[in-house]
Amino acid sequence: MTLLEFRDLHVTYTGSRGRLPAVRGVDLTVDAGETLGIAGESGCGKSTLAMAVLRLLPKSAEVSGRILLDGEDLLAMGWGRLRAVRWTGASIVFQGAMHSLNAVQRIGRQVAEPLLVHERTTPAKAARRAEELLERVGLPPSRARSYPHELSGGQRQRVMIAMALACDPGLIIADEATTALDVMVQAQVLQLISGLVAEKGVGLVMISHDLSVLSAVCDRAAVMYAGRIVEQGPAREVFANARHPYSAALGAAFPAIGDLAARKRPGGLAGDPPDPSRLPRGCAFAPRCAVAVERCVDESPELLPVPTGGSAADPVRTSACFVAQEGEPVVAQR
Amino acid sequence: MIDGSTTAGGSSAEDPPAGRPGGPRRGSRHGRVSSGFGWYLFKHAGGAAVSLLLVLFSSFFIFRLIAGDPIDQLTKERPVSPEQREAMRAELGLDRPMWQQFWDYIAGTLTLDLGESFQYRRPIFDLIVERLPATLLLSGTGMVLAVALGFWIGTRSGWKQGSRFDKGQVATGLLLYSAPTFWLGMIVILVFARFLGIFPVNGMRSPSTPPDFWSQAVDIGHHLVLPVLTYTAVVYAGYLMIMRSSILDEIGSDYLTTARAKGLRDDEVRRRHAVPNALLPTVTLVFLALGSVVNGSIVTEAVFSWPGLGSLFVQSIFYPDRPVLQALFVLFSSSTILAVLCAEILYWFIDPRIRRS
Repeated sequence: MTLLEFRDLHVTYTGSRGRLPAVRGVDLTVDAGETLGIAGESGCGKSTLAMAVLRLLPKSAEVSGRILLDGEDLLAMGWGRLRAVRWTGASIVFQGAMHSLNAVQRIGRQVAEPLLVHERTTPAKAARRAEELLERVGLPPSRARSYPHELSGGQRQRVMIAMALACDPGLIIADEATTALDVMVQAQVLQLISGLVAEKGVGLVMISHDLSVLSAVCDRAAVMYAGRIVEQGPAREVFANARHPYSAALGAAFPAIGDLAARKRPGGLAGDPPDPSRLPRGCAFAPRCAVAVERCVDESPELLPVPTGGSAADPVRTSACFVAQEGEPVVAQR
Repeated sequence: MIDGSTTAGGSSAEDPPAGRPGGPRRGSRHGRVSSGFGWYLFKHAGGAAVSLLLVLFSSFFIFRLIAGDPIDQLTKERPVSPEQREAMRAELGLDRPMWQQFWDYIAGTLTLDLGESFQYRRPIFDLIVERLPATLLLSGTGMVLAVALGFWIGTRSGWKQGSRFDKGQVATGLLLYSAPTFWLGMIVILVFARFLGIFPVNGMRSPSTPPDFWSQAVDIGHHLVLPVLTYTAVVYAGYLMIMRSSILDEIGSDYLTTARAKGLRDDEVRRRHAVPNALLPTVTLVFLALGSVVNGSIVTEAVFSWPGLGSLFVQSIFYPDRPVLQALFVLFSSSTILAVLCAEILYWFIDPRIRRS
């Protein structure tokens, strides 16, 4: 059953530099109980996508298309209905190691707050429930009386997760939820998230620039570049056997530990992502692409099923690359 | 001036040289910096003490320089013989050597024996005690109103930055802020007392009021309205602008996005999350304001003949009543210095960064 669906979503920011298209026509679905990873470097529009779901974008953002949550169009909702859906239909795990918690309010009160907003409950019951939630994410219930600055980065991230679980939403969006954590804590938090998601059968959208994080947690992955999805498919395959030169470059930027050849090979990608106010005419990635052909400069490729390993087109693997659609390798042969 | 000297005496020794980042590194280099609250208190209390001494000294000399020979002032337009002048001089203690007068003044001030007023021929201490309540009533009420009004409007102004409400409030506030108090006071008198005739303009009570408590309280309240209105109108914009910029610092913070995502209404996000965070940096400011409760209403009191310390000060300037001026100058300055000290001590408890550095 489809839980979340983006249909031809466009988000354009209007600012002093003119109109900046941040998301340019995204079609994406998440099924109930499914985990989807969205990858891409900073500025590719992945966080804008996440914020668009609960309509948390600033007023300067112009949103068109449709976002269906449980079949209901979020962009057409009135404010009252939207507020009711926020946190109960979908919740967001923000990057809690930073400033996503209120510095002058106790943890317990912040975790209990959505319960008091959305459910008929007493403050005492909500406080008890908040302590249970903290326990669920592996924090002692006594932590409810702490202030955010008394917790470590990993603990704060756990608090954010507890908060996201408060109203039993069907969908959880984790926006760079483990980015600022060190590797050990990151692994713990990832384990916690995937455990909770499996246990409750909720849908998870995990946003990260770190492919190893996504492949560890997600069933499916989508790679974004310059506001568009450039490749989609089963997470492990997308990263092991990329069918878009950008996904391949992104994967190469995180070399496997112990792989000497990967360490010697420069894994980075030359150049910067395109300026959204001056996008190239054809494929947005063409100027940085090692395998670009003439066609890429003039035509913008659609996201279409692509053949994997020489066989016929695989319906679950899609790529917006002319080269990949021809069945050619997307990594330059040296 | 008073502010400046406190900072100079208090904290300049510990300020890092320009360009060098402060923070924890500083603590590890200088062992004494990390010795905690005791040192911090000593440093700032020491600065305050130096400032107080400077005020004490300068008060003695300033009014001797500008006020001329008090005997001339006391005897003007009356024929007096040199013998009478000498007698007055001896009576007022002005015949003694300067160093002795200075010593008497210092010792007297420190023991709260402030001498006698020239104009009232009464102990100055009694005069101050008698008039202090009126001043505290006027500026205390005005201060509370100004802080409450300024914070209330400032919060809403900042929250809707650039809106018509914001622009209108900032313009009104700054206009009143820049209006001279005496001029605004005269306008207020003209409108409310002259044209509308609904409030008294002079003094604190009417002689005809029955002596029972409630009639007196109502009468004083009635007299209080216009001075407080004037006082509040002039100072509230300061609190408005500070609260507004404090709110602006919080807008766009991630924790507000979190609060919105949870499904809170806009006003709930403002009240429960933005305001508590924005209030923190303004707490010390309110403390600083307490210092001006004693001396902040001089002009207002003069305009409305409010029988407080402010109008006593103005009267004494015109007389001129040198001992009273001296004493009030010390009182006004030390209340500001002590408020600054309290604010600095408060900083220690509410700003963890000071403790770390």
